[in-house]
Amino acid sequence: MRLSRRQALAGALALPALAACGRRDPVGTLRFWAMGNEAAHVPKLVPAFESAHAGISLSIQALPWTAAHEKLLTGFAGSSLPAVSQIGNSWLAELAAIGAIEPLPEDQSALTTDQFPAVLDTNRIGGKVYGVPWYVDTRLQFYRTDLLAEAGYDAPPETWPAWKAMLHKVKAAAGEGNFAILLPVNEFEQLLTFALQQPEPLLREGGARGNFRSDGFKAALAFYKSLFDERLAPLAANTQISNVWNEFARGFFSVYLSGPWTVGDMKSRLPADFQDQWATAAMPGPDGPGASAPGGSSLVVFKGARDPAAAWAWVRYLSQPPVQARFNALSGDLPARPSAWELAGLRADPLMRPFAEQLERAKAVPKVPEWERIVTEMQVVAERCVRGQFTVDQAAAEIDRRADRLLEKRRWMLEQGRAL
Amino acid sequence: MRRSRAPWLFVSPALLAIGLFFAVPAIASLFLSFTDFDIYALADLANLRFVGLQNYGRLIENPLFWRAMGNTLWFVVIGVPLTVGLSLAAALLVNARTLKWRPVWRVALFAPYVTTLVATAVVWRYLLHTRYGLVNYALGWFGIEPIDWLGSPTASLPAILIFVAWKTFGYNMIIFMAALQTVPHELHEAARIDGAGPWARFRHVTLPAIAPVVLLVSILSVAGFFQLFAEPYVMTQGGPAQSTVTVLYFMYEEGFKWWNLGSGAAVAFILFVMIFAVTMAQLAVARRAERA
Repeated sequence: MRLSRRQALAGALALPALAACGRRDPVGTLRFWAMGNEAAHVPKLVPAFESAHAGISLSIQALPWTAAHEKLLTGFAGSSLPAVSQIGNSWLAELAAIGAIEPLPEDQSALTTDQFPAVLDTNRIGGKVYGVPWYVDTRLQFYRTDLLAEAGYDAPPETWPAWKAMLHKVKAAAGEGNFAILLPVNEFEQLLTFALQQPEPLLREGGARGNFRSDGFKAALAFYKSLFDERLAPLAANTQISNVWNEFARGFFSVYLSGPWTVGDMKSRLPADFQDQWATAAMPGPDGPGASAPGGSSLVVFKGARDPAAAWAWVRYLSQPPVQARFNALSGDLPARPSAWELAGLRADPLMRPFAEQLERAKAVPKVPEWERIVTEMQVVAERCVRGQFTVDQAAAEIDRRADRLLEKRRWMLEQGRAL
Repeated sequence: MRRSRAPWLFVSPALLAIGLFFAVPAIASLFLSFTDFDIYALADLANLRFVGLQNYGRLIENPLFWRAMGNTLWFVVIGVPLTVGLSLAAALLVNARTLKWRPVWRVALFAPYVTTLVATAVVWRYLLHTRYGLVNYALGWFGIEPIDWLGSPTASLPAILIFVAWKTFGYNMIIFMAALQTVPHELHEAARIDGAGPWARFRHVTLPAIAPVVLLVSILSVAGFFQLFAEPYVMTQGGPAQSTVTVLYFMYEEGFKWWNLGSGAAVAFILFVMIFAVTMAQLAVARRAERA
């Protein structure tokens, strides 16, 4: 019923010992790990692959997203990783650092063509490509067309000052008690988006130290904070907004920053007569259209794969533009290859076209294993800054201090020449 | 000579098992807590460093660790009296001579303890649902507004407590029932002849007779609540707003989410020291009460 700490630790200590007895698959079976929505739809792509590749039989194992990260690391510790897996982009640096993933071999370099540059860059660590983008996402703005029109706008402006001026007018149009934008104070993605739009990198010295004291990050944090100070965004965590879609429809906020999954949510959760009252648009930037972080999943081949040729054949198959277009129809995931966007007709879809524009302007986040913790700490400090416990300068220094501490091991690894 | 060796021979299998599966891992985890075992060390043990007490120092500075400590203390302070009281009440009920179909009642009340935790958690998530849940429906009869049990940072802790109490009281109830059956019936009769009512008989006959068992059950419950993990993991994943992060859940995240096994081992060791201290305090109080 309860996990005894001793059981847990004994298990952890025993993991290296268990490494010797990893599982063996029957010859010709290719194990593939997929997560969530993808795991539900990818089996439909298997028959065509198997009939084209006699002798390979595919075994798809579904993982829930909430447990996938732990499964991958324990799988590595216990030598029970499959041949191929879907990997969330943000985990790639970690799995590459521990030496779990096989870099892309020379003869597969065709897989790096016809990709969004920032998404491919996310998969390139220390000059080597480790993962092949499978599907992509990025965050942009969802907005209320009717309230923007009432405020005198056809579409959101593309620069920060003009965009903020619009938010002020939209708030006035939405009426008493409503706000213009929702920026949940416990989500890091919104501030990260503003920070990525600055020229300075977020980490310096090859990812060995935080660079949050840069002028660029401070400008982004000051802009983020001003949206709360000027009462454009409610000071609330996402747990306090019980139903984002209803609140969006109610006009509690008119701009919402999110990814492509929200398109489906808006369509399915809100009434049909509301559907012409919202649209998507790319992010504004400090002085022109701005960047956003590329997300999505990549396909990787693990080091212990018994038949790498078969593993890469499966990756190549899933990367074919027609297969990606079909997968988009099945799952709703946005294909990684721009040519598959054409095949799937996504460029012609007014709700989807802004995602392509945004992806072309996307910018990879720092590729260090500690990044997810750093960005979590960044938001913890940013929330306190927004709540008035830190000034922007103090917050920037505090985030740097926390980032430097999280990166201490990495600096030591770099000194030893063992980090990627 | 041979006589003094015989008992050792008899207990050696048990001692060996305890040593291998309890002492060695416990010492290893203490050792681990002085290192910075992380994903880099997972890839190559050459990347492991001794850091002394650094893991402990950082925990003390970590607000989430204190949050987890606070949450756990709430669970212990409210949960232990709640489950002990509930299980004692259930045991008295099932033990009552006037009750019919006693075995049926016993099975029904013990059933939650032996059913799978995840399955019951799924059912309870429906029961606690804000709009369709039976709990809020029942509260509605008393004019109480629907409560967002698993979504509000203030209601989530009571929600988990209700679930844990329901899930675990059956086990304590069985222990109490065994103890209640050892209370001599003559004492009850004698007390009744002396004019003692049901409460006086419970207070002066039953309770003193089962006092050692109450102590045992409360020690088990304290240890259990300190190690609360699976219920918040299945029901709330530590949320909302980290209101149900317990110490063990925090340890799990440190160890297996962020893969900082050194830091996770330090949490485990702090928890071990705490449970040990609380148990010692309970024993001391019981001893003093015995003497008085």
